[in-house]
Amino acid sequence: MATASAEIKVTAEIAAEHGLSAPEYARVQQILGRDPNITELGIFSVMWSEHCSYKSSKVHLKRLPVHGKLVVQGPGENAGVVDIGDGLVAAFKIESHNHPSFVEPFQGATTGVGGILRDIFTMGARPIAVLDSLRFGPITRDKSAPSVSPETIAKNRRILDGVIRGIANYGNSFGVPTIGGEVCFEPCYSQNPLVNALALGIAKKEDLFFAKARGTGNPVVYVGAKTGRDGIHGASLLASAEFTEESQQKRPNVQVGDPFVEKLLLEACLEAMITGAVVAIQDMGAAGLTCSTTEMASRGGTGIEIDLALVPQRESGMTPYEIMLSESQERMLLVAEKGREPEVLQVFKKWGLDAVVVGEVADGGLLRVKDHGVVVAEIPAHPLAEEGPVYQRPIAQPSQRKESAADWFVFAPEKKNLTDSFKRLLASPAISSKRWITEQYDTMVRTNTLAVPGAGDAAVVRIKGTKRALALATDGNGRWCQLNPRLGAMHAVAEASRNVACSGAKPIAATNCLNFGSPEKPEVMWQFSEAIDGLAAACDELETPITGGNVSFYNETLGSSIYPTPVIGILGVIEDATNVLKMAFRNDGDIIILLDGAPASLSTAISSNGANSNLTREFSSSEYSKTICGIVAGQPPAIDLPAEKRLQQCLIALAASHSVQSAHDISDGGLAVTVAESCFASAPARKSGDTLGARIRIEDRSPAESALFGERGARTVITVSPASLNAVLQMARNCGVSAVQIGRVTADGIFSIELNRSAIIGESVETLRDIWAHSLERALKQ
Amino acid sequence: MKFGVVVFPGSNCDHDAFYAINNVLHQSVEFIWHQSEDLANCDAVILPGGFAHGDYLRTGALARFSPVMKSVKQFAQSGGLVLGICNGFQILLEAGLLPGAVIRNIGLRYICRHVHIRVENTTTPFTQAAAPGQLLKIPIAHNDGNYTADPQTLVELQKNQQIVFRYTSADGKDDAAGNPNGSMENIAGICNRERNVTGLMPHPERAVESALDSADGLVIFRSMVEALVTSAKASA
Repeated sequence: MATASAEIKVTAEIAAEHGLSAPEYARVQQILGRDPNITELGIFSVMWSEHCSYKSSKVHLKRLPVHGKLVVQGPGENAGVVDIGDGLVAAFKIESHNHPSFVEPFQGATTGVGGILRDIFTMGARPIAVLDSLRFGPITRDKSAPSVSPETIAKNRRILDGVIRGIANYGNSFGVPTIGGEVCFEPCYSQNPLVNALALGIAKKEDLFFAKARGTGNPVVYVGAKTGRDGIHGASLLASAEFTEESQQKRPNVQVGDPFVEKLLLEACLEAMITGAVVAIQDMGAAGLTCSTTEMASRGGTGIEIDLALVPQRESGMTPYEIMLSESQERMLLVAEKGREPEVLQVFKKWGLDAVVVGEVADGGLLRVKDHGVVVAEIPAHPLAEEGPVYQRPIAQPSQRKESAADWFVFAPEKKNLTDSFKRLLASPAISSKRWITEQYDTMVRTNTLAVPGAGDAAVVRIKGTKRALALATDGNGRWCQLNPRLGAMHAVAEASRNVACSGAKPIAATNCLNFGSPEKPEVMWQFSEAIDGLAAACDELETPITGGNVSFYNETLGSSIYPTPVIGILGVIEDATNVLKMAFRNDGDIIILLDGAPASLSTAISSNGANSNLTREFSSSEYSKTICGIVAGQPPAIDLPAEKRLQQCLIALAASHSVQSAHDISDGGLAVTVAESCFASAPARKSGDTLGARIRIEDRSPAESALFGERGARTVITVSPASLNAVLQMARNCGVSAVQIGRVTADGIFSIELNRSAIIGESVETLRDIWAHSLERALKQ
Repeated sequence: MKFGVVVFPGSNCDHDAFYAINNVLHQSVEFIWHQSEDLANCDAVILPGGFAHGDYLRTGALARFSPVMKSVKQFAQSGGLVLGICNGFQILLEAGLLPGAVIRNIGLRYICRHVHIRVENTTTPFTQAAAPGQLLKIPIAHNDGNYTADPQTLVELQKNQQIVFRYTSADGKDDAAGNPNGSMENIAGICNRERNVTGLMPHPERAVESALDSADGLVIFRSMVEALVTSAKASA
């Protein structure tokens, strides 16, 4: 689209170019009672874009549970807020920056982190942790991605490298620890990677700030970086449309991040808030000045009047259209108390930032934009923000190819040694150590990090001045959601929640980032609707209300969608930070116990002659099936939410009793991978630097692959000292959780698993650790 | 006795250094804004980690022009204790208070992890409480920590025993395997000839409690406290 000037006469065609449909344009005319000018059209187009208006998702999002005893602020503000005790609240939210990260990986990821950090500190909360949930196309050529070309693999590696550097660059400089998340690889993300960033901050409950403009005549203050032409239509054209062959031309739509300015903005905003002269504040993220003015006015039930001539500008000759739509980063808009604005301006001056009064809060509910005193746009703020289009998009379940046994995983005959397959699994990008990535992040700044990435199932940060700590985990299994979006979404909640509980924390709230294809496709909307129902059911049962998040549609390129990928972040509270549990085995001779919240389900899944078709279908969706055989089929494992809850309550009680040495949940790669990871994690903490081994002996009537690598939920591996064994078994019984002794931690350097007295896996633990620890790095350096 | 922690606009380990001194060592400490030339009668000054002015140019290249650095220089020249951590070390190098330079890590990537360093000289006010050759497990977190100097400077550093810390493997060998960033001679930290100014890339303030995986960094701050107590007694 050519840069618009004020003289352009708006027509239905120009409205269509802006992404507004004919009925939407008619609604614009109706709200205004006239034709919009080009600036107004631009404003409507971004506010009513999918990205800003949630027009396709709104009707479904209503089904999510958002209330809870601890919820201070649910969806609708810059971030969700929950009470974490001691007079403190946590603000947290996850957001996507998928399309920008594909077009320009470094800047896309950087500004994704910057945007979510602003959402947190705009509420008055200092960010204390960032997590990233990342999805890329394959970076190695193996069974799981046989048809991916070397060019695509090379490109995927470049995207991964750029994204990791971008995240690191921003968080490290800003001074927030980047302490967790996940990285997954599937062919569907080759043309549309997912970059979801979650930030967490804390504040005193009484010091929270909201984005509600109040007080007629109160000055509206622009602070932070100057406005340039970058990112114009980032929200409407980049985030709200699918990719085509011309997408690389959208590079100018990607914003450029400056973490140093963001750091200044953080310190200055928090300092300005302390003056008591700030009435309301909102960051300028997607749709920049347009969104911040409109939403603050609408939430406050008031109007806002600004003059663009006063806006600090990086370039000369910018039109009102460009200034209103710019997505330049590191900017904030705040409302100050009339007469006290010098106090606020003084703080920003100290930090070397622009801070300019650009307008004031006005009666009448209008967003009135002037340029050198001449009105260039005048729109009722509330209809603009809240009365945008809402669609009940058509929904249709995709016709599914009838699967037969030929599509499914075939279990090996009994007693086959699976050591080689296990090694391949440990070497796969999905399972192997992510240390190469996480070492590029500053994981320790602010000296609160109690569990660095890879140390536990959740990231854990303590809260200085209290005994408490917070645990955070993200999860989302796109492959499972592709096979069954409802079940897959439930698993995402269950696993993130289980991860939090494995660290000893009680899960209290959730945030979600819903990554899907085009909402204009009925099949995609079916996936979306199913996933929402799955999330709702699981969050309800596990008592983790959803406090916010974001929806990212149009994740498709040249007509093919990504796997539906709802990503869930769960926040938990640990009352006593000394209770934190990590995954590393600690002592030679400790007893390894398998906790299972659903003791009955295993036997029902197996028929008398070995494997039944349910087990086969479930295993066909596993990481092992995909990595070793290239089979992705069947169904995710059945889920038992009450069992998940029992298990999590048991873990929290065990952690509080200090009777457990380690805890690690069973997920990708099953029991064998869980035990191995606990062995591998032992090395850094041991004086000798060697790695503890494990001798596992299990009795299980299911086939070896399923027993060792099956991914059924509600299970966790813990270790206890022999002296605590009876107490732990008793506590598990009291919680209704089965606890089976499956082996011992050893110091003989051997990792072995026997199934029904046959050796299935046996190898030096150092050999396995070397494969696991270095595969990702080796793959990327090829 | 009072510590001062200098705050550049992009410092981000200032609060961590403050916390270590105040909450773990229970010593008095205050922040000093970079535009102030008043060191508030502090007995020791810490330049903390971070990205002082964004460090888009060479690290520390702009920070040396901050007004506070004039006072820090005078303070150092009059024998005051100055500790530069990470970005603080980079600033001391740029300001000429310590010799040499740091360049981009040899792997061209930011690295954050625990490393081991060996105390090479226990006659400084920053290491006097350590045992000779003591190994410390302390994290690094930097892009540019690859210590470099011309041959003449290296000889001088050796001769004057100005190399205070060397990177080692976990078992104490100062070989290539233990060198995370390519630093010459595995140098992790150095002092000036007079011993009252020390800079190091690792972050001792991140290793002051066992909950953070290591409390080995404490010995550096304890040494400073000891040295200040001794000098206070001497001048009393």
